[in-house]
Amino acid sequence: MIGVVHYLVVSAILFTLGCAGIFLNRKNLIVILMAIELILLSVNINLVAFSAALGDLVGQVFSMFVLTVAAGEAAIGLAILVIYYRGRGTIATDDVNRMKG
Amino acid sequence: MIQAIAFYLFAAVVIVSGALTISSRNPVHSVMWLILAFFNAAGLMILVGAEFIAMLLVIVYVGAVAVLFLFVVMMMDIDFAQLRTDVARYAAIGGALGVALAVEIMIAASAWSAGRIELSRRAAPIDATKPNIEALGELIYTRYLFLFEAAGFVLLVAMIGAIVLTHRERAGTRSQKVSRQVARRPQDATRNVKPAIGQGVEL
Repeated sequence: MIGVVHYLVVSAILFTLGCAGIFLNRKNLIVILMAIELILLSVNINLVAFSAALGDLVGQVFSMFVLTVAAGEAAIGLAILVIYYRGRGTIATDDVNRMKG
Repeated sequence: MIQAIAFYLFAAVVIVSGALTISSRNPVHSVMWLILAFFNAAGLMILVGAEFIAMLLVIVYVGAVAVLFLFVVMMMDIDFAQLRTDVARYAAIGGALGVALAVEIMIAASAWSAGRIELSRRAAPIDATKPNIEALGELIYTRYLFLFEAAGFVLLVAMIGAIVLTHRERAGTRSQKVSRQVARRPQDATRNVKPAIGQGVEL
């Protein structure tokens, strides 16, 4: 019998993979953005699983809002990536130090 | 039984493709694995009856976001192998952090299953007689209307932002000048001539 815990474990593993992906690909900005997408996907799975388990539809509504934010984030992130690449010819995160942050 | 098989299939493919997304050498392959992960996550959501979110995942994520990633990856001429040179340096700390996070979340999940939290009331109870999309639509367009419009506004701002950021004026392009076109009058642009036969017109 598949319960909500199964879903939580899947989403936990996916979330962890996303976090580890940010560490493993520290230089490659595109893969970091993809890892963030994985993290948001795991959050969505979590919201939908709890929505089904508790019998409450609000989880799915908020899952939709998470999706909206993820789409906006990907668009803005990739736009910044493109103009950065245009100016510097690289996307290595080690070189992004102009603002000394 | 068939649900269990489907769940384990989808879950296994989601996890494997997620792992391959972060570990494959070629970012194009990464995007492909990400698409596979999205598809199987949509399958997982269909299993619990959230069809609308599943379809949204396929349409928005696979159809728009993943394709956007593909465009950007293919547009850039980057030596991606060079970007992966010091994966080994971060593998230890990244792996340790990942394992710690996974263990923590699983502890939390099992604690939750030991004694589930009973909310005092449901905000919007699922009505089994209504289709998922219909119920969700009724909720979005009534109680969460302002949030829904705010979400649309977020998308609008993201769209305008992306266009403003990536737009550039190129020298030598001949763009349309509407004001000049509107200001042009027939008497300035055309003239009537009656050329003699055999002589033609001088332009």
